Amino acid sequence: MGRVEGKVAFVTGAARGQGRSHAIRLAQEGADIIAIDNCEDVPGTPYAGATAEDLAKTVRQVEALDRRIVATKADVRDLARLREVVADGVAQLGRLDIVVANAGILTTPAQAEDIEEDTWSTVLDVNLSGVWKTVTAAVPHIKAHGEGGSIILTSSEAGLRGYENSAHYVAAKHGVVGLMRTLTLELGRHNIRVNTVNPTQVDTDMIQNESTYRLFRPDLENPTREDFGAASQSLLALPIPWVESVDISNAVLFLASDEARYITGVPLPVDAGNLLK
Amino acid sequence: MGRVEGKVAFVTGAARGQGRSHAIRLAQEGADIIAVDIAAQMDTVPYPMATPEDLAETVRQVEALDRRIVATQADVRDFEQVKKAVDDGVAQLGRLDIVVANAGIFSQGQLETMDDTTFTDMIDVNLTGVWRSVKAAVPHLRAGGQGGSVILTSSTAGLSASQNTGHYSAAKHGVVGLMRTLALELGQDRIRVNSVHPTAVDTDMIQNEAMYELFAPDLPAEGRTREALAPRFGSLTVLEIPWVEAVDISNAVLWLASDEARYVTGVTLPVDAGQLTK
Repeated sequence: MGRVEGKVAFVTGAARGQGRSHAIRLAQEGADIIAIDNCEDVPGTPYAGATAEDLAKTVRQVEALDRRIVATKADVRDLARLREVVADGVAQLGRLDIVVANAGILTTPAQAEDIEEDTWSTVLDVNLSGVWKTVTAAVPHIKAHGEGGSIILTSSEAGLRGYENSAHYVAAKHGVVGLMRTLTLELGRHNIRVNTVNPTQVDTDMIQNESTYRLFRPDLENPTREDFGAASQSLLALPIPWVESVDISNAVLFLASDEARYITGVPLPVDAGNLLK
Repeated sequence: MGRVEGKVAFVTGAARGQGRSHAIRLAQEGADIIAVDIAAQMDTVPYPMATPEDLAETVRQVEALDRRIVATQADVRDFEQVKKAVDDGVAQLGRLDIVVANAGIFSQGQLETMDDTTFTDMIDVNLTGVWRSVKAAVPHLRAGGQGGSVILTSSTAGLSASQNTGHYSAAKHGVVGLMRTLALELGQDRIRVNSVHPTAVDTDMIQNEAMYELFAPDLPAEGRTREALAPRFGSLTVLEIPWVEAVDISNAVLWLASDEARYVTGVTLPVDAGQLTK
């Protein structure tokens, strides 16, 4: 018996990285999946966006586990579209129990005073408003069956402390914590729990790129993955450079499962002690 | 394959309540157990504490799961007793991977009128006892060379205050400071340290006349029943329940103890049905 057997989970940003990992981990433990991803490059991000082929690969990996998945290209900035997609997924899979609002972006580092207004708006639109829209589209379906549910919002350890050169990202991820706390109060009477996960650096395409390497190693002309790893490790209490997507997925799985039936309103760092240092 | 298969866990306050539940839950997932409990009464504790028979019942329940357990009557106020229990346990079970510093007491009173013994007993058990338990265990965790997971039982009272329990709140806040320091000091050896923060848990520590008086001073003594108190406890939380069960804390402990949380350290994890958000 899987730890989320018979449940249905809606995962955003599911084409690759943490989102794909969440879909697979939940499917391994018995859940069916409603998956979306924008599958496009986002202006201002210094790395290629996920592709339709990436999303198709997530579908294949979930189906290889003998679970069902309804995957759709959709942007978390479009609430009307999200409502359609979730309604369609629930129509096919029968219910909704778990939401993993994971979709997020990171743009080229800049001091707050140098951030372009378009870039600021895009980061807030995706990383904060997109989370609200995701939850808004999903909640009526969780309420409908009356058995409660679990909503997990992907914040960051940048949602709990400040960092230079990422004011929009830090502000959005702090905002996610405020959203989580309010949703906890509003949805608790429906037995719907709401928590955040707050990862440190995760080994995905969003950070494994030259832009992030330069953010961590401004002293080097051509910083490498190894240079970045050493700088990243110096921020952590455990002797590792970063965590893996599956580590965030295991936290998401715990929060999604009935083992956490009375955990709500909690920011859960998976950060190798980053916040302590 | 259990989620903590092949590991050995040291659990304090294991004779009943949350501690027994932790021992059983970890054993269900494959761990062997080193258990201690004072199994005796303290004068400043206003409810009956665990007994040697309770500790024996924990032993029976763990052994019924085909796991090994070394149980010793030991007081976390006495480092030598704790150290001997851990050393004996490791000698018999071969290693140590997990520490659950759960032993704790409850009493009440306004800080300005509290007697010295009530205050110092509380700190001695609920804070210094946690430090002694970890101190006794760390050499064995380091010796294993494979890291480890230390879980300290704090409380919602470790992150916020309420009236009439200042000594308890001070001790439980102190546990958070201890956890954060240990996470930094032990991290290089891959020993993770986190705290759990339960709201009211349905155990003997809250289901007693003294706690009922704290929650319902307006009711006559004969009216202070479990049923009458449930809505008062429930008013503290967001989820519509009066209290959580010991197994809910055990499930958080299990997750933190397991390799699924291999990179989680320095974290305060409430299991509080939203109490701290309210």
